[in-house]
Formats: sequence, structure tokens, C-alpha cells
Amino acid sequence: MKPENITILIVDDDQDYLFQLQAKVRQFGFNTITADGQREAERLIEKVKPDLAIVDLMMEKEDSGFILCYKIKKKYPDVPIIIATGVAAETGIAFDIHDESNRQWIKADRFLEKGIRSELLKEEIFKLLSLTTKE
Amino acid sequence: MSILKILVVDDEPGIRSGVTRILRNFRVDYPFMEEPIEFEVMEAPTGEAGITIIETNIPDILLLDNKLPGIQGIEVLEYIKKKKKDIIVVMITSYASLELAVKATSDGAYDFIPKPFTPQELKSSIENITKRVFLKKMTNKLQDAGKKIRFTFLSILSHELKAPLNAIEGYLKMTKERQLGPNLEDYDGIIDRSLDRIRGMRNLILDLLDLTRVESGKAKRNMADVDLLKVARTAIDTMRPYAIQREVDIELQGVAPLILQADEEEIEIIFNNLVSNAIKYNKEGGTVACNIHKNEGCMIIQVEDSGIGMSQNDIEKIFDDFVRIKNEDTKNISGSGLGLSIVKKLVDNYSGKIEVTSAPGQGSIFKVIIPINQPCL
Repeated sequence: MKPENITILIVDDDQDYLFQLQAKVRQFGFNTITADGQREAERLIEKVKPDLAIVDLMMEKEDSGFILCYKIKKKYPDVPIIIATGVAAETGIAFDIHDESNRQWIKADRFLEKGIRSELLKEEIFKLLSLTTKE
Repeated sequence: MSILKILVVDDEPGIRSGVTRILRNFRVDYPFMEEPIEFEVMEAPTGEAGITIIETNIPDILLLDNKLPGIQGIEVLEYIKKKKKDIIVVMITSYASLELAVKATSDGAYDFIPKPFTPQELKSSIENITKRVFLKKMTNKLQDAGKKIRFTFLSILSHELKAPLNAIEGYLKMTKERQLGPNLEDYDGIIDRSLDRIRGMRNLILDLLDLTRVESGKAKRNMADVDLLKVARTAIDTMRPYAIQREVDIELQGVAPLILQADEEEIEIIFNNLVSNAIKYNKEGGTVACNIHKNEGCMIIQVEDSGIGMSQNDIEKIFDDFVRIKNEDTKNISGSGLGLSIVKKLVDNYSGKIEVTSAPGQGSIFKVIIPINQPCL
């Protein structure tokens, strides 16, 4: 599969972050669809099945991202999900996706810091989609 | 019904069954407790058996004889100390020497009951301990709640402060990498967005300062006669350019004198927040009516707008820290989510209250009611 045939869903309630992330992901060559919150994303996935989703953690509520993840996975178990969060470092909240007990309730495949470098984000997306960056 | 578990370790069967009998129908009541506390007694004839029970079914209170057939009571006490078990230990012994008492106390024994004891002696000792356990549990619970609130506040604050930084940084990077091409004009949009985010962040910091002042700065309050109409007029004048930009008309109603004993800066914060919200969440061409009057020993400040309104569900949340109602109507409105929480805390300080009347699309009425003659907290 080629990037231009792949659609990535981006969900964030911060319109600027959403705009910037969309620009980045498009630069990688993917198609994008966006939602500005959990509710809009839920409406969107009723109509479209994305190939991958990048979801913000704190939106309408502090845990909107988790709930949205759960709903996406329930509908499309095979769609990889990245949770993007800005809260980890300062407050000491560390969600370790590799910890089995966390993996059970956090339905995301990756946790990434917001503000992550483009190349790193690209690498993670390609890995989750089992694409090679050389393609 | 709350139950405390008591373990009696004594080699004399009479003592064990005596304790069980005395405490079977014993209840401790305390004015702060919602319900009386009852006791469940477990028995062990040796220190070893006692430790086994401690390991499987940890008691709240341990009644411990020192002179035991195997290991001594003092060794059980050392074990509890070493394992950092949260148990209150009372030594029951007829062989209490000063030396033993000192050793036992330094190892964490809470009390001594001489043997033989009367039912009353046992009950009064257990009653004291129960109150202590209760207070300790309450303190722990309150501290946990306090920590959790603080933690939530800090994590949201960190999110709110980082979000604009991330956005601005992102735009600067896009500009640096000329991602929108060589034409400078093409960057106007993202520069405007960056400026908006900086403005939002500055407002958040100002609100945080207000909040800190409300929560901790009571020592600096300057109580004096405050002319509410004057403060309202200043707030409205400050907000006027913003109102004009949004094509919202503001009206002030009130018959002088309307004087309240208060800290003028605090009253300014209340007006600023209510009036700016009334403009911010209004519709183009809408109105804001600010009305101040006296009613039954209270000062009433009412700010009514013809704006987007909100649901009953939203009204219940808006006075909490960082709460912003997110929907189609509000998605382009920025705010720290602290304004009404600050207003609420201020009004509470004046023993006042706030009433909100609103419905989606129907505008909102915020009514602040402050007693005129009541001393402030």
C-alpha cells in the first residue's frame, strides 16, 4: 500500500495543533481527515474507516482520548492508534503502553509526546502501518 | 456499620474469651462519625499464631500479652515494627516492669492494660483507640483528596500552558522552513493565530494570578466602601472596544448610591469576568444588560446577555477550575476556564451566592447576591 492510498484520522481540540499535525502528515504523503473532538470523531468513524488514527488525550474531558480509542478499537480492531499527549513530563503522569496492566485498559498502540520531531512521528506511523520509509 | 478488627494474643483462654465477651456488644459512637463502630475479635494463644493471623487478616488493634509460651509479646511487637504494619498495639500484662514498658513503648506500643482488668477498663481503652483510628483514617482520606485535587489542577494547568507554546512553536517552525512558500503574505494567517495564542496565554496567566490572590491573599484585602456603579462603569468601559468589535450593545442600570463594604479589586474581578463573558458568549448584534440594585439587605448584581446560552448540565460545571463548555457555538471562543471559578470563590468570601438562569440559544442571566451588612469571612 502506498501513502497516497492511506487515510489518517487526526483528532485534536486545539485547532492550531490539528492544523499543524495535518500539514505534517500530508507532507509524509498521506490523506487526512480531521475532527476537533471526541464527539466529532465518533460521528466521523461511523462513515469512514481510517487506516490509522492520531488522537489527542485531553479534549472535551481529561480522558476523552482514552474513550475515543476504546470506541475506535471496538469498531475497527485492526486500526492502529497513536495517542498524542502534552501532559506526561511535567506532572509525572507516565502511561507505559508496554506495561501489560496498562495495555488492557489503554487501547492505544503508541503514546507520543506532542511536539515530537517530524521524522520520529513519520517513523512511528510507517511502523504501525507496516510500511517501509523507503517506499 | 463500620467494624474494627481486634486480635487478642494471650495464652490464658479466660482472657481471650473475656475480651470477646466484653467487646461483643460494645459500640463506640463519636459525634463526627456517621455510624457507630463495632468490633470483631480474633483470638490467638501464642505469638506465632498471632503473627499468622496478622499476615492473613490484619487487625486494626492488637491486644498483646507479653508473657507467652513461645516467642514473647515484645518480639511480636518488634515484628510489627519491622514489617511496618499499621496496627495499634496495646500490651496486656501483669508482669509490667518499667524496663518492659519502656522497651514496648519505644517499639510502638500505644497503651498498657494491667491484668486483670475490669470490663470498663478494657472498654475505655478500646474507645480511646477507636477514636484515634477513626481520626487517622479521616486525616489520610482528606490528605488523599487534597493531593488529588492539586494533582488534577497541576496536570490541567500544565496542559493549558503547554498547548499555546506548542502551537506557536509549530507555526514558527513552519515559517522557518518556509512551508507555505516564499510569499510573506501567505504567513499572515499563522502569525495571527500565534498572536491569538499568546493573548490567550497572557489571559490565562492573569487569571491564575487572580486565582492565587483569591485563594491565598486574603491578608492583603482592603475593605472599604465600594461604589458598585463606578466599578461596573469602569469594567464596561474597558470592555467597550471588544463589545464594539463584536457588535454587542452594553447597558448599565442602577440608582445611586449603591455602596458595598468590600475590596474594590475583588469587585472589579467579579464585574470584569461577568461582563466579558456576556460579550464573549453573545451573538453578533446582541445585548448585555448589567443591573445593580438592593433587595432585602442584599446587593444584587445581575448581568444578562442575549447570547448562546447553555444547558442545565453545563450550568452545573461552569464554576469548576478550567471548565470550558465545548460545543459548536463555543469552539472559536478562547478562555482560560478559570474566570467563573474565580468569581465563585470571591462571592463565597462575601457569604454571597450566584444564580444562573440559561438555556441553549436563549441567553444567560448571572445573578450575584451579596449580603450588605454581614461580616465577611
